[in-house]
Amino acid sequence: MTSASAGGVPDIASLVSEAKRRVSSCSTLAELASSEAALLGKRSPLSEASRMLGSLGQDERRRVGRLVQEARRDIESALAERMEVLHAAERAAKLVEDHLDLSEAVLQVASPGPGHGPLARGRLHLVQRTRDELEDVFVGMGFVVAEGPEVETDWFNFEALNIPPAHPARGMWDTFYLDLGERESVLLRTHTSPVQIRLMREQEPPVYAVMPGRCYRRDTPDARHLPTFHQIEGLVVDRSISFADLAGTIEAFTAAYFGEDVHSRLRPAYFPFTEPSAEFEVTCTICKGGGCRTCSHTGWVELGGCGMVDPAVFEFVGIDPESWSGFAFGFGIDRCALMRHEIPDLRILLDNDARFLSQV
Amino acid sequence: MRVPVSWLRDFAPFGDEVEVLVANLDDLGLVVEGVEHVGAGLDAVVVARVLEIAAIAGADRIRRVVVDDGAGPVEVVCGAWNFQVGDLVPLAPVGAVLPGGFEISRRRMKGVDSFGMLCSAKELGLSEDHAGILVVGDNGPVGSDEPRPGMALTEALGIEADVVLDVAVEANRPDAWCMAGIARDLAARLKLPFALPEPPGETGDAGGAGGTRAARAEELTSVELVDPDLCPRFTARVVTELQVAPAPGWVARRLMLAGMRPVNSVVDASNYVMLELGQPTHPYDLDRLAGAGLRVRAARRGEEVVTLDAVRRVLGMRSVGPGDDLRDCVICDAEDMPVGIAGVMGGKSSEITGSTTRVLLEAAYFAPMAIARTSKRLALRTEASARFERGVDPEGIDRAALRFIELLGAVDGTAPVQAAGAIDSRGELPSPIRVILRVGRVGSLLGCPLSKAEIRSCLEPIGFHCEDAGEDALGVEVPSFRPDTSREVDVVEEVARHVGYSNLGKRRPSSPQVGRLSPYQRERRVTRDVMAGMGAYEVWTSSLLAPRDHEHAGIGGASIEVGNPLSPEESILRRSLLPGMMKALGYNVERRQGDLRLFEVGRVFPFPERARVQRAIARGSESVVDEREMLGMVLAMPDDDARSAAAAWGALAGTLGITGVSLLASDTAGRPAGLHPSRSAFIIRQDGTKRASVVAGDLAGSSGVVGDVAGSSGVVGVVGEVDPDVLEAFGISGGSRRVGWLEVDLERLLACERRSPLAKPVSRFPSSDVDLAFDVPDAVSAAEVHSVISRAAGPLLEACWLFDVYRDAARHRGSRSLAYRLRFSAADRTLTDSEVGEIRQRCVDAAERELGLRLRG
Repeated sequence: MTSASAGGVPDIASLVSEAKRRVSSCSTLAELASSEAALLGKRSPLSEASRMLGSLGQDERRRVGRLVQEARRDIESALAERMEVLHAAERAAKLVEDHLDLSEAVLQVASPGPGHGPLARGRLHLVQRTRDELEDVFVGMGFVVAEGPEVETDWFNFEALNIPPAHPARGMWDTFYLDLGERESVLLRTHTSPVQIRLMREQEPPVYAVMPGRCYRRDTPDARHLPTFHQIEGLVVDRSISFADLAGTIEAFTAAYFGEDVHSRLRPAYFPFTEPSAEFEVTCTICKGGGCRTCSHTGWVELGGCGMVDPAVFEFVGIDPESWSGFAFGFGIDRCALMRHEIPDLRILLDNDARFLSQV
Repeated sequence: MRVPVSWLRDFAPFGDEVEVLVANLDDLGLVVEGVEHVGAGLDAVVVARVLEIAAIAGADRIRRVVVDDGAGPVEVVCGAWNFQVGDLVPLAPVGAVLPGGFEISRRRMKGVDSFGMLCSAKELGLSEDHAGILVVGDNGPVGSDEPRPGMALTEALGIEADVVLDVAVEANRPDAWCMAGIARDLAARLKLPFALPEPPGETGDAGGAGGTRAARAEELTSVELVDPDLCPRFTARVVTELQVAPAPGWVARRLMLAGMRPVNSVVDASNYVMLELGQPTHPYDLDRLAGAGLRVRAARRGEEVVTLDAVRRVLGMRSVGPGDDLRDCVICDAEDMPVGIAGVMGGKSSEITGSTTRVLLEAAYFAPMAIARTSKRLALRTEASARFERGVDPEGIDRAALRFIELLGAVDGTAPVQAAGAIDSRGELPSPIRVILRVGRVGSLLGCPLSKAEIRSCLEPIGFHCEDAGEDALGVEVPSFRPDTSREVDVVEEVARHVGYSNLGKRRPSSPQVGRLSPYQRERRVTRDVMAGMGAYEVWTSSLLAPRDHEHAGIGGASIEVGNPLSPEESILRRSLLPGMMKALGYNVERRQGDLRLFEVGRVFPFPERARVQRAIARGSESVVDEREMLGMVLAMPDDDARSAAAAWGALAGTLGITGVSLLASDTAGRPAGLHPSRSAFIIRQDGTKRASVVAGDLAGSSGVVGDVAGSSGVVGVVGEVDPDVLEAFGISGGSRRVGWLEVDLERLLACERRSPLAKPVSRFPSSDVDLAFDVPDAVSAAEVHSVISRAAGPLLEACWLFDVYRDAARHRGSRSLAYRLRFSAADRTLTDSEVGEIRQRCVDAAERELGLRLRG
């Protein structure tokens, strides 16, 4: 094709190449839009060429018309191509501008103070969480969760548990007495056992229940003892419940809570409310039974007490010990938390230090 | 109890493997809490004589000591002051390694070289005594070679390597609180023969160590048992021609190993017998007893006695619990003056001294509960009282007394004479116990079938005599030294102990019920999750507070007091979670980490009515105190205030679907204790039965503490901002700091009316919104406006939100603009403009009619 043609029809080929040059020199979408108007709009040379087609002869009209159409398509595709390039560039620039270090946000949410946004979650207390988990283990074993008062009478806390007044065994529980009623008749419960008494008084056997809750002993606080602490006890009363059922229940619980590699063993002990009585030990969770300082190189750590419910206790609550038998066990919730999280000193639990509350 | 293994071997041939002994004792419930190897590692320590003691210039704690170690003078530096020139002392020379693993090296202190160390008994691992250097000779074995410089210390002291077990004896095992008792249990377990050494019998009329005819005991003394219920058996024996001397070395050594300090031959013999057989005895200097006799009776109230520890003690005062008759048993001389507190501690006035020549030995059985009460009353616990209160063997008294006399005779160079016979006064002793043991019962209780023969083989070696009592039963005679064993189940425990707990099986019972939490327990967990979801850390604050904590928190009225608090800081029971949580916040503020939210779920303790307490003491089922489980939340993030607390409340109520509650602003009904008077409210139940004005009336005279007000008042909780004065009292002021507070009675909250659980269909037609803004005086709450326009809007109202609060103080004093958006829809059609317009007008009219509100222009 030649660059010039007859009859004032513009040189379409050069028009196209001029247009392509212009398109490729556009550096913004706005520039491209005005180029598009100039190249393809009503007043563009191409549109003018179209308008001139009428003055041409039939053959010439057909030929030039085709050329104009091809030129329009060429320019359109050059525009589209350029548009794509500029779009990509603009998006890329915008993305760079949008840059956000997400770790800022993560850190800010985790930091105290301003910026601690609505998404920052608090935490459940370690001891409460431990209690929840222990409850869940026993619920899974078919137990219900029973609760009772923290202020108790001497009868519920001691006498009904076969511990008469001034009995030497009372030395096992240093007690806070309250200035209510006669002297030393009202106290802060030293264990959750009074809940067992209440339960057995109010409910016909069978009983399968755990009793978690806050207890109080008049112990000077040290790394392993607090005057206020949390305990969970369990009570089962049913037909022909035996010591083997007790040992099996303890074993099932330790495996479920501490893990399959943790076992339990019982050894004789004394509690006025159980007979036979036992202390139960679990595999040391630090050394997994290998022996370390925590377990005095025995591989075992003492966790709690247990035993078969003493017939005397059954008589106090009106259950016939010849028809029913049962077992009870109890241990410290705080103690479990301490073992699992390797807390060196229980007293930290009382400070409610945010640095502690937020870490475990 | 400290138990030397060598002592146990007096009763049964125990082997040398300590681990075996420890493991078996553990299995028997006689838990070994420590194993101490004594007398080992002393090979290098020699006896040395102190030649010279000199001060060191510039040092006032240490001195230069020159000793003779048998080979010549050795210079050491020593910090102890309890010895003199001429004394024999233990010297650990350079290179020696002491039992604790401490190696002695040459040291230079204050310019003086030290070529060894003079040792205390503790450093040598011989006893806990570290008050000074062990001076050899005090306890040297009589009859062995005279200690001399250069002699091995072990030889000079007659020390043999020994193992001391620290055994924890449970309160129900008085029989095991002595060497013989532990040996009996252990021997049975290890299937070794056990025998108690038999002391020589009573001396007859012809007796007498010196060949002279001994007087009869009743010629020399008298005993009057006035109150046999307190003392069911009292025996007295007399020993004359006695010379008080140091006890034999082996007696002293065993006492020390067992943790007692040797005193003299008489006191040591008494202590030795107690440790060996478990029977406390008490020796009196017969010549210091007025009337040379004893009376055993209940003390008169206020009667006094000076005990061996030189303390004046008042008897018969202060009850130690229900059923206490205040009768302390006291031993008096024949003129009725108290000379000792029975079973607890002897008196100063008749104490054995160096010049004692005639001893009256008391060996008795006191009523265990009486001793327990006396010991508790006097806050005086002794080796004797601890044994008596658990119950000694009433049949073991004579053996113990005769063993005492045997030991007195073992002191070289003395020839005491035992008066013939004994005075033996008796009341009613515990009767022998015979238990019928059902073989089947043993199996069913232990979950492990055992034969008759197996059961017998467990019981007979520990002194329980068994005989057949029918096909499936044994008649078991319980020995007198086992007062803890009186019922079939107690005997079952003995069987279990000796079979071994670990040899009984394990089995898991299957519960007939589905395990689950109660709805309350489940929702309490949801509540705690909601709190944590709002950024709050769960805390655990003490239920015990200082009285001023309540004051600081603006909480007046009576609180329950602890009668015997550990400290005044923890002497009352909390009535609100506010003080404890303010302390927790204060703790964190003090550490510059106070921008946080905290929550707690815990009990509070309103002061109970007298009648309620009495009902509870009378064993009623109702608790002593109407304990309330509260949820407390403190909001102390930088922008937190009453608004955030109210928002938290709204979020909680929304999650739980609580509908039947409303807020009662504090000014109309007193105010919540400790909260900001104009930025707080009571949360009250609105169940249609009680109008707010009635609740307000109920609250008017109350303490404003949620836990205190009766449930019938309809108060569920409080919400708002902590009073700035309260913040200041807890050290949380910080200028304009605001702290939000929410405290809710969980049980009452969860009992409130709930949103219907039924799902409502959602309209598929477009909804229409109408915005209404009113000028609302401060006296009218946003909630009232909300409820008036919602009611007027009728059934087509889908939702009504308060979307803007605008306060232009300059233009409108005492009022603000509240803008509500109402969204309408119908289930079956698109609403027309005129329909919506009509409803809008109804809302506007209602607001004007009921609350006098005008649309904002």
